[in-house]
Amino acid sequence: MSALQQSSKARLEPFEESAVVEKPKSTWGSWFAVRKELPPHGKWTLTIGSFLLPLLLWCALSYVPFIWHPMMRITAPGSVDYFAQNMLVEKSVFNDETANARAQGKALPQGIPANPIYLPAPHQVAKAFYTAFTTAPERRDGQWLHQSLWHSIQIIFWGFVISSLVGVPLGILCGTYTVISRLQEPFIEFFRYLPAPAFGALAVAILGIYDGPKIAIIVIGTFFQQVLVIANTTRKLDIALLEAALTLGAKKLQLLFRVVVPGILPDLYRDQRILLGWAWTYLIVAELIGTSSGITWFITQQARYKNFENVYAAIMIIGIIGLVTDLVLAGVGKWLFRWERSPNKA
Amino acid sequence: MAILPTLPSYLQQSLAVRARFERLKRREVILEVKNLGKQFPSPRGAVTALHDINFKTHRREFVCVIGPSGCGKSTLIRILAGLESYTSGQVLLDGKPVVGPGPDRGMVFQGYTLFPWLTVKKNVMFGPQMNNRGTASEALQWLDLVGLSKFADAYPHQLSGGMKQRVAIARALANQPRILLMDEPFGALDAQTRCKMQAHLLEIWKNIDITILFITHDLEEAIFLADRILVLKAHPGEVQELIEVPVPRPRNFNEQYLSAEFLATKARLEQLIHPPQTDDEEVMVRPQMIRMARVGDDVENIE
Repeated sequence: MSALQQSSKARLEPFEESAVVEKPKSTWGSWFAVRKELPPHGKWTLTIGSFLLPLLLWCALSYVPFIWHPMMRITAPGSVDYFAQNMLVEKSVFNDETANARAQGKALPQGIPANPIYLPAPHQVAKAFYTAFTTAPERRDGQWLHQSLWHSIQIIFWGFVISSLVGVPLGILCGTYTVISRLQEPFIEFFRYLPAPAFGALAVAILGIYDGPKIAIIVIGTFFQQVLVIANTTRKLDIALLEAALTLGAKKLQLLFRVVVPGILPDLYRDQRILLGWAWTYLIVAELIGTSSGITWFITQQARYKNFENVYAAIMIIGIIGLVTDLVLAGVGKWLFRWERSPNKA
Repeated sequence: MAILPTLPSYLQQSLAVRARFERLKRREVILEVKNLGKQFPSPRGAVTALHDINFKTHRREFVCVIGPSGCGKSTLIRILAGLESYTSGQVLLDGKPVVGPGPDRGMVFQGYTLFPWLTVKKNVMFGPQMNNRGTASEALQWLDLVGLSKFADAYPHQLSGGMKQRVAIARALANQPRILLMDEPFGALDAQTRCKMQAHLLEIWKNIDITILFITHDLEEAIFLADRILVLKAHPGEVQELIEVPVPRPRNFNEQYLSAEFLATKARLEQLIHPPQTDDEEVMVRPQMIRMARVGDDVENIE
């Protein structure tokens, strides 16, 4: 440190430039400022509102009879012989039969307006939510909802892990070295247009009828996008950081592992979160291949018995799992990448 | 700028300044650039970015490179750093030709290039670690030199622009390079911060054994900092003049910026970089532009 020996004189006090932070005002005008942060309470109000709006619409359709309700639920069949208690008939049919009965002076059928069977009311779905986890499956070999779900989550997990094990390193290499990019990306670009479900029959022939082909579909659906997305993310790393590292004496592998990888990590993490969502979208198709299984088996089974409230409950559970996973991952990411500049990159 | 009639020539040096330059030139040569040229292909044929550049920097010398935009100052410093190739000539560091980037030439960039995922201290340790040396305590000493040891555990996004550049200087110096290359390092800073940074840089330079090559487009910055100023001209980038700055050291901007030596040097630089226009093309005004600028005019003349 010979150069430092005379340095004591050069010690200077740091000069800080303080930034004045403007406090956001919560007037209505500020809510519609272009691309500005919202006041915190507004943020939460709107988040809750985004869920409340569709729920309110659903409630209105379900509970307010004059909005839609195209069917009649029979409360008393009267003289119509093919009507039965709790039967759903179209309003026009019901009106015809009522007119008929009135003309013949027979007992009138009674009914209340109702929605078609495929639109259960919110409270029915809520109840199905509860009963799905508390009542044993009707068939002895049937699966509980949570068992089906767990099976699906495992399929997603393995599909995503296998895809990432190859896709992430390959994507980083493609984004770093032009040679690898030119060798890989044109083919991947072609392959990603092939719809993953198209490989279903092939996957079954190769991997059997159980979990193998399902995982394979998820891998095929995720992998090719993953390589391209991550290669792009890698290429977006500021070249000046690489140049700075070069002038500091970094060699090839150091450049890759000490600059490229840590530099892209937050963006890579965000990409992985989006890709995980992608993997979920392939789940239903994947589970239909070979022997139907997991949440898809549950949904198709329930739909067959017209337990649509269970179908809705299952679909919503997928959404909830996805949302919760993403929120957890976002929180973990925020904690992992504290060094990141922008606070509004979730 | 009004040039005072009594201004001496910028070539006039006081005895102390002359003696200093003589001592300086007796020191060993750190960086030597010989007949350096760079051409790059373009759709309209080869373009010469740099042509026949020659200069030497001596140990502990402060050289500024100045020139109009497009004169290739950045290209020159990037070639010296090893980040760009050249097509002719030689770049010698301690007499050995330069091949690619290396830790013997530190570089401070105009943009902020601190690694955002590393703390300030680890940023400073980065260079030594790449070469399997360096300890945390050494890094702290370098941070102390730039007055930022209090911020050792902060992340770059928590620092102001000036502080970031000071860390960048510490990071470059931590490798103990033979020469520090600075590419308009204060260009993105506000005027006040820039002024402080210049004084601060001189203070650092005075206290350690380092040779500095500094690129700028700010004439006063160049005069304030440099022993010698390499003036480039554009199309192609060539050395116009190598000026020995007659302003004595230690430098103090507020006391010296109106001194005769300072003003004479500045006048010369202005003459070199913004020569009085003799070309007609600059005064040529397109008549239709004037018509377009008139408000409330009839538009009958539209073709």
